[in-house]
Order: sequence, then C-alpha cells, then structure tokens
Amino acid sequence: MRKRQFEKRTPELRLKLEGWRSRLVLILVIAGFALLAGRAFYLQALDTSFLQAKGEARYARVVEMPASRGPVKDRNGQLLAVSTAVESIWATPEDLDEVDAGQLRALAKALGMDVAEIRQKIARKDRQFVFLKRQISPEQAAKVMGLRLPGVFQQREYRRYYPAGEVMAHVVGFTGIEDNGQEGIELAAQERLAGVAGSRKVIKDRKGRIVEDVESLRAPRDGEAVTLAIDQRLQFLAHRELKAAVEANKAKAGSLVILDAKTGEVLALVNQPDYNPNNRANLSGKQTRNRSVTDLYEPGSTLKPFTIAAALDSGVVKPDTTIQTAPGTFTIGNSTISDSHPMGLLTVAQVIQKSSNIGAAKIQLSMPAERMGTLYRELGFGAAPRTGFPGEAKGLLRPWAQWRPIEQATMSYGHGIAVSLLQVARAYTIFTNEGQLLPLSLTRRDSLPIGKRLIKRETAVEVTRMMEMATMPGGTAPRAQVPGYRVAGKTGTAYKPENGGYNESKFVSSFVGFGPASNPRFIVAVMLDEPAAGKHLGGDVGAPVFSSVMGNALRMMSVAPDAPGMPNSGTLNAQAKTPGGEG
Amino acid sequence: MGRLNAILLLLVVACALGVITSQHQARKAFVALEAEQAAAAKLGEEWTQLQLEQSTWATNKRVEAIASRSLGMRLPDATTTVVVGAQGAAR
Repeated sequence: MRKRQFEKRTPELRLKLEGWRSRLVLILVIAGFALLAGRAFYLQALDTSFLQAKGEARYARVVEMPASRGPVKDRNGQLLAVSTAVESIWATPEDLDEVDAGQLRALAKALGMDVAEIRQKIARKDRQFVFLKRQISPEQAAKVMGLRLPGVFQQREYRRYYPAGEVMAHVVGFTGIEDNGQEGIELAAQERLAGVAGSRKVIKDRKGRIVEDVESLRAPRDGEAVTLAIDQRLQFLAHRELKAAVEANKAKAGSLVILDAKTGEVLALVNQPDYNPNNRANLSGKQTRNRSVTDLYEPGSTLKPFTIAAALDSGVVKPDTTIQTAPGTFTIGNSTISDSHPMGLLTVAQVIQKSSNIGAAKIQLSMPAERMGTLYRELGFGAAPRTGFPGEAKGLLRPWAQWRPIEQATMSYGHGIAVSLLQVARAYTIFTNEGQLLPLSLTRRDSLPIGKRLIKRETAVEVTRMMEMATMPGGTAPRAQVPGYRVAGKTGTAYKPENGGYNESKFVSSFVGFGPASNPRFIVAVMLDEPAAGKHLGGDVGAPVFSSVMGNALRMMSVAPDAPGMPNSGTLNAQAKTPGGEG
Repeated sequence: MGRLNAILLLLVVACALGVITSQHQARKAFVALEAEQAAAAKLGEEWTQLQLEQSTWATNKRVEAIASRSLGMRLPDATTTVVVGAQGAAR
C-alpha cells in the first residue's frame, strides 16, 4: 500500500533499479575501508620501522662529538705539544648586509681587525660561508658572539700549541691548520696522535637541549699521548749551547745530539737555525730542516775510532804497535794524503790521540776492505736509523767490493763516506755499551734494548782509553775536558765537498764523545757547518760545546764525578774520594 | 562486570600518566646529565689551557732568563760544586 502511494507521489522512482548496483557500491566501500585498515595495520604492526624512522627524522638530530689530538710529552711528562679548543668566526655575507656601520665597527674591534678587511671578506654576496677570523680564544669569541649580529657564527676548532717553542721545534714538528702533522713527531706519529671524531643521534627539544640519546653511531676516540725519549732540560741545555756556539763561530748551521749511552734513547736533538712552531709566518726550508737526521756530511776524523777498533779486534795491531807517519805525507797510487803536521812514529793510541790521517789510513789498509766495509754497514752507515723521523737520511757508503785503495784509506778518517750526525752518534754506542750497537729510540724506553755485538768488550775499553787521551793535554781536544769527570771523544775537522772536489777553506767541525768514561751515561755529538770566525778545528769549535753540554748534563742528572782529584770533593765524603773508577 | 571495567580503565589511565611522568623525569634527568657533561668538557678544556699556560710560564728558557737577569743567579760550575756522597757509594 505504502509503496504504491510513494510511487504515486514520485513517479521518477518508479524506475526499477537493479539490486546488484547498490550491492556493488557497498562492496566497494567495504573494500576501500578494508584496504585502509589493512594498510594501517601493516604500518602500525608489521612494518613499524618505516614510520618510526620518519617520525624520528623530525626530532632526532645527529650530533658530532669532537675528539682532540693527543699531546706530545717529554720523558718526564712535560707537555711539548697540546691542543686546546679555539673558536673560528664565520659569516654569511648576505645576512651581514643588514648590519649598520656602527655594528660593523664593533665587530671589527671585537675581532681585532680593520673594518675594511671585514668589508673585503664579505664583499662576495654569492658565498654562503666566509671565515672572518680563525682560531681565536674562546673569551674573544664570546665577546664577538655577544654582539648578536645576524649572520655571524662560531665554530669550534682545535689549535696546537708548543710551549717549548723553538727549543723543541725540530723534534716535535708542527701540524697544519687541518690538524695533520707536517713535520717531526707530529708527522711521524700522526696515526697515533690523531683523534677520530664520533657522532651520535639524539632527540632535541624545542629549546635545543638534548633530551634523549637515541643511539651512539660512532664513539669518538681521542688521540693517544706520545711520550718521547727527549728530556726537556737536556734539550734546552743543548739548544742554548749550540745556539751560542753557532753565533760565536759564525757558522752556517749546526746540530747537536745527546743519546743515552745505555739505552739508545735520543735525549736531545737540536739544530740551528731553528724556528718558532707557534708562529710559522715566513718559514723557510733552511729553518725547518732537521739537519742532524736528514742532512749528510763527511764526518772526518770522528770515524777513526772505528778503524782502530776493527784493527784491534781482529788482532792486526795492538795498542802499543807503532806506525810510521813521517814525513807527514803518504802516497797511495797517484793520490797523496797528509797530516796537518808531520808526527813521526806513533803508537796506535797516539793515532787517535793526535788524530793522524796517515796512521789511520795505514791501519785501515792493513785490513781487507771487507772487514771495514762490513763494520761500517753493521754500524748503520748507509741505512736509515729507523727512529721514525720523517726524511731520515741513509747516508752514502759504497759497497766494499768497489773500493779502490785510496778510498779505503780516506774512509778511515771519514772522507768519501757521508753520514748523518745521528748515525755517528749511534755508532758510538759500541764504545759505551761494551761493544754492542744499540738501536735508537725517539720514544721513551721502559726496558733495556738488546744490543748487537760488533766488537769485543776489551776492544771497546781500549778504544775508550785512547779517546780519553784525545781529551787530555797532548790530544787534539783538551778543551773537551769536563771538570770532575773523565770523558772520551774524538774530534773531526772535514773539508766540505764541493764540485766533485774539496773546498779547503770550508769546514765541517765536529766532536763526538761520551762521559763519564768509567761508566758512560751520555753520548754527545756536535757538528758545526762552516765556522767562519777564524777557528775551524773540531778541537777548537766542537770540543768546547761538548764540554759545556756534557758537564752541565752530568751535573744536572747528578751523575757522580769519576775523575781522580776532582775539585771540591768536600769533606763530608772522605770515603768517597777514592780516585779513579770502574772500567 | 561494569565495575571491573571501570577499575581497569582507571588503572590504565593511571599507568599512562605514570609513563608520561617518568618519561618527563627521565628527560629532565638526562638534560641535567648533558649539562654536567658539557660542564665537564668545558672544565677539561680549561684544564688543558691551564696546563698549557703553566708549561709556557715554566719553560726553562723563561725561568733561566728571569733567574739570571732579574735575580742575578747563575749555574754553579765545577769549582763551586761540593760533591756529597753516601759512604763509599760515590765513585
């Protein structure tokens, strides 16, 4: 009934609709909702990480965790190189446009720069990032940031400082602005010193505070500390004395090395000219060269003790064997070698004491070339000393099979062979260590190294005695004497090679020695390049430096005096005044 | 049945509030921790700076310059040094 009435009122609906159409719509709607529900279920329950990651990305931040470069310390823990935080001020030029002249002046004042300089730096508007000033103190940076200028930002950086300045310059070296080692230990130990910055993911709140640690992506690793074998006090002493000597002798350059006679540790290593690693403007290669390690020179007579040691060791001569050096010249093939003045008949000991070239050459020639060639090689000549210093010189040593007799002869007094000062100093460890050669070390050693025996113990003692005579009246270097101590050493005065020959007015004067002779503690090797103040003999130029460095070092380290009849041995130690010493 | 549901609902709401509060507390504590860590880092930096300053003031060069110039001191040489040894120990 009702239906009919309805149909009567709205005749259009009288059209008969197919039933499936409404059902289809219903199904489609249900399917749509099911799809949405399924997708929602999938996102919420099955693939949760996707949305979580998206959410996190909206509030999580990755924060850099800076790591600092490790410090370099001397053997007593004194700081030689340390990184401290500094700030760099940078700007976006575009934003700085809004700043008026007064504010710019204030900024310039806070930065300690000219207004014009700043204007020039921000002139290029297309750049997004300009350093206004790098590496200023945090206090100064706070002042700059206190101005609250738009487009001015600060950035944390680390700067390397070298408290000991030029005294340590060649040993420690320096780093570049990106904190990479450029020279010295800074370069050699770059791997160990460098820190690795880390990063972590955090949640920050509206105020920019970190409220939650999400995860640590990479833990930062600070650089390791490197403890050197260098003793800062000895280094300072060596630096002071060498500098004074280079100035007094008007030398072109100079080097000085102090080794621990028993451990082979490098206790001091200085060169002149030097530089201040904290202020490296106008730095020249002349200043940065670590001469004692990288530069070769012909060592002159400082090599004679090795010839004598080899001869004594193989029984070719005895300490009192006599050698005729008259008339002061000696011809081998068509070359003639000479002594500074004729010396006549000398014992082997006197060859060292008086430094006779002819005597050393004759002893050298009495041995097969192989003997000396092998010894030189075993002493480390011709091979890098492997201390880890960058740019170590190997030295020039020709294979013994190719030696001509004249070459063999000149090598006995240190010509025709090129070495670094560090190599010579190291070779002398055979005399201070009972005939055993020690490996060198730049870093502190905690245990005694194993030496390599090259000559007999008795030979070392014998040659030491001869070298002690050289420092006494009648020897070549009485000025090497140290009051209160017995010292032994050998002078070297070598012509400089030039254009394939020798320039007989240019010298390298050196002295290598050790003390106390009874039980050596230090080896001191000093070398001055082209002394031009009138004196040029190793005994006049090198020996006094040796004497003051050795004397001060022994007293500084409280080494007991071993010389008989030493001055002022006090009344308190009547028992201790026994003359002489062991060995 | 209805009562149980009401109690459970209350418990759920209470738990939810508890979670929110403890989360908030945790964040506050974490902010404090961060602040302390930042302070520690800052102190560490100050410490290196002070160490640096100390070693700069205490370089042998400076000490010697002051000792010899302002105070008129000098290193004793061998003639003015008296060696004191333990009985028989010094040689």
